[in-house]
Amino acid sequence: MGVDRRKFLKLAGVSAALGLGGATGFQLLRPGALDAAERMPTPYQMVFPKEQGNAEVSPNPKRLKGRRWGMVIDMRKLTPAKARAAIEACDYYHNVPQIPGKQNIKWIWTAPYVNVFPETENPWADPEIKNAQFIVMCNHCNNPPCVRVCPTKATFQREDGIVMMDMHRCIGCRFCMAGCPYGSRSFNFRDPRPFIKKEYLDYPTRTRGVVEKCTFCSERLAVGKLPYCSEASGGAMVFGDVDDAGSELRQLLRKRYSIRRKPNLGTDPQVYYLV
Amino acid sequence: MLEKALSGSKLYWTWLIALLVVIAAGFGAYLVQYNKGLMITGMSRDVSWGFYIAQFTFLVGVAASAVMLVLPYYLHHYKTFGRITILGEFLAISAVIMCILFITVDLGKPSRILNVMLHPTPNSVLFWDMIVLNGYLIINLLAGWVTLEAERKNVPPPGWIKVIIYLSIPWAVSIHTVTAFLYAGLPGRGFWLTAIMAPRFLASAFAAGPAVLILLGYLVKKLTRFDAGKEAFETLAKIVCYAIILHIFFFLLEVFTVAYSAIPSHTSHLAYLYFGLHGHNMLVPWVWTALACGFTAIILLVNPRTRQNPKILPFACVLVFICTWIDKGMAMIAGGFVPNPLHEITEYAPTGLELMITFGVYATGILILTILYKVALGVKEEEEAV
Repeated sequence: MGVDRRKFLKLAGVSAALGLGGATGFQLLRPGALDAAERMPTPYQMVFPKEQGNAEVSPNPKRLKGRRWGMVIDMRKLTPAKARAAIEACDYYHNVPQIPGKQNIKWIWTAPYVNVFPETENPWADPEIKNAQFIVMCNHCNNPPCVRVCPTKATFQREDGIVMMDMHRCIGCRFCMAGCPYGSRSFNFRDPRPFIKKEYLDYPTRTRGVVEKCTFCSERLAVGKLPYCSEASGGAMVFGDVDDAGSELRQLLRKRYSIRRKPNLGTDPQVYYLV
Repeated sequence: MLEKALSGSKLYWTWLIALLVVIAAGFGAYLVQYNKGLMITGMSRDVSWGFYIAQFTFLVGVAASAVMLVLPYYLHHYKTFGRITILGEFLAISAVIMCILFITVDLGKPSRILNVMLHPTPNSVLFWDMIVLNGYLIINLLAGWVTLEAERKNVPPPGWIKVIIYLSIPWAVSIHTVTAFLYAGLPGRGFWLTAIMAPRFLASAFAAGPAVLILLGYLVKKLTRFDAGKEAFETLAKIVCYAIILHIFFFLLEVFTVAYSAIPSHTSHLAYLYFGLHGHNMLVPWVWTALACGFTAIILLVNPRTRQNPKILPFACVLVFICTWIDKGMAMIAGGFVPNPLHEITEYAPTGLELMITFGVYATGILILTILYKVALGVKEEEEAV
């Protein structure tokens, strides 16, 4: 069954965006699932029978629908324990290798205010904020420089705003790492598998030579679940649709003062910090 | 004409074998990298480009500098360069091949390199860099080979090659401009985010390339009967002189804007390079060496008596080479990554294996250059014997 990761991502992305009914990409990866998902040929397929249209695949009806996904991190609620729980959940369920040294892989981690918001330092700021450990992750920018610079479209933006990676297309040129102004991307300098403590079998491991990063748990959204970090954070990390004025996320952004990382660069980051 | 490369003196063959040994060692080191990944390099999550990309950047400049011979000869009919234009074009060929090799050894997944063509992405500067570099390689192969062939047969070169040669002039500018755009268009990297990047690259290229040509010219004069001529050396030396002055001038412009505006995301990189940041100062001695070499070279090249002295000119050219090589080959890339976007500091130094691979690529380029020069000089000797 010729479904590679790229195709699967495409299927998941397109099907999520177009709202077609049926199985999600992840379910498709199970043997036999593709056959079960087969439907009547579409008119397009009748005209071009050899073309592999996406219409034969349809997404999970339970999937979460959003026009632009975003994350709000409430620093009043985010205790070190909750941050740790969020990071551990992400690392485990995404097989993020724990590589010691400077060639490490990070999807989501913590850093102090001065590093997360450089050039906004205020020596007399509330020490609680100044000394707090902020969660850092891919900002899933509306205007992502990493996507702009990628020479193969291995990193691309879905219609719901999520910036994704195609590990099967990436040539490992690391232009995206130079392009990202947030240091959110990691390169597999070595085979990551020996550094995965306990492999989670429902998520792919990566190979050496490709770049990876946070995906806003696209595989979870496709089956109607929230991102792992949000779930594990005890309400400190609120995931939602930024385009939906009625979402909890938008209510939080209305009520409380929020900041974003380097908004002056025009990348329009979609991770908001309530301080 | 290639048969000219098949006969040579003992020195010629010893030189080729020595290069092949270095290439073999580099290839062996590359096999280690191919099997283990880029973990064998000094690169890191924070400094994600290192020595390979830096050498690539430097050599794009050397390649582009062929235009400094082509332009005066073909556009201004400056006859003095007629005999050596081919040396510039062949230097460009070997430099571009080294560029392509450096990009290749830097890839995490070299087997997928054709994805750049299979999934063409015009919004990526790297896509355009691929096009201009390969185009420049073809242009110079054609221009060099066809004109040399015509010279050998004692006929005027065909008319169509003129079009290619004229095209090579803006194309040379384009390769280094596009290479500068790789860096100068990234929003979060204050060190590179400057419109003067491309002019700076071109200035240092037009200093480094002709300096290398002068040195090669002296070498050729020593080893063969071919003499580029006193006037050719003197004109090249003037070009190097203007270019190195522009290089230093552009650098000072950058320093002014960065230092006077005092925006931390821009000052921090220069501070790291020239004074060290929070105790990290690995590159400080190098960049000051580069500056010292640059200024000394300017003094030696501006003064006509030292510039025209065939004993001092090669020395000045070596200084120019050191200055521009450190600037692009070491400081330009690492300086942009330190500090990282979170204003943390991870320093970079190449590993032994990384250096071996680098030497291997350089040896490959020098091997190609040797063979091409052997052919070109063989043709010229034959012609002069007639």
